Amino acid sequence: MNLLKRYRFFIGTILLMIILLIMNQQVGLKALSVTGYSLKEMALVIPPIFILLGLLDIWVPRETMMKYMGEGSGVKGIILAVLLGSVAAGPLYGAFPIAAVFMKKGVKFTNILIFIGAWSTTKMPMFLFELSALGVSFATTRLLIDIPGIILIAYVLSTFISKDEINKIYQNAETM
Amino acid sequence: MLSNYILYIVTILLLVFSYSKDKEKTKKASKKAWKAFENILPQFLGVIMLVGMLLAVFNAELISKIIGTQSGWFGVILSALVGAITLIPGFVAFPTAAMLLQNGAGYMQIGAFVSTLMMVGVVTAPVEIKYFGKRLTIARNILAFLFSFIVAFIIGKVVGGI
Repeated sequence: MNLLKRYRFFIGTILLMIILLIMNQQVGLKALSVTGYSLKEMALVIPPIFILLGLLDIWVPRETMMKYMGEGSGVKGIILAVLLGSVAAGPLYGAFPIAAVFMKKGVKFTNILIFIGAWSTTKMPMFLFELSALGVSFATTRLLIDIPGIILIAYVLSTFISKDEINKIYQNAETM
Repeated sequence: MLSNYILYIVTILLLVFSYSKDKEKTKKASKKAWKAFENILPQFLGVIMLVGMLLAVFNAELISKIIGTQSGWFGVILSALVGAITLIPGFVAFPTAAMLLQNGAGYMQIGAFVSTLMMVGVVTAPVEIKYFGKRLTIARNILAFLFSFIVAFIIGKVVGGI
């Protein structure tokens, strides 16, 4: 029963897929093949990300993370958050489990949001790709706007959200 | 892709190093990794199915129909919306964007499209909500969406010379 509840969203998407297949077989089959492709991508990128977060969780002491990225880490914490997010590989949904470990380790909330922002948009491997596909001025202009942008978004978000709510999010991370 | 190889090499090296230092801790780390993975797996699977369906419906042809022929802020808004709901891997997205440019889409539209594509995740929201809760997820995505218009505007000015 519990399993059914946990997987209800996935089961819902399976039903949607079946409906799509019935309505339009061609589009449905294409959807299946894209899904297969994404599953392969997930199987490829996700295992190392989770192993890394397991190692991070066990080996890096909370004090170290707090010193470099916690409250009072200042500019150093911001730079580290941008860098860590930017060297990342893998889709955005891989960033959230890592963010949860960061929360457990006492990383400052805005730094976590900056990390998520950097992972979403200033990833270096993607930047190189963008450079070759869309040109130097497009890619560098976007990068130069995005870095201050994600920092700004992080601070605006943290003023939106009450201390209470942030605490709840941190507590939730402990159970992940 | 090269970045995947680097990711694997770094992970394997760290794992071997960890194992040589402390077997027990490494086992514990692997257990944590598995638990974290198992915990989010249902959301991952659902998101991947949604992405598959969206990509089949919103293919490059349809996208270029939507934004290739439009211009101005209306086109920018449409491009931003298309980018926000789809989730295309970068190595597909950038060549697609380049193709759209060749087909007559403006830099401003492409700027909005690329920006929301990467920063806004409507289909990945179920994963984000599990970690950050509904309110923060919605707020982050809305802010990123609005920010993409600034990106589009500046890219239009700098690259497009509007």
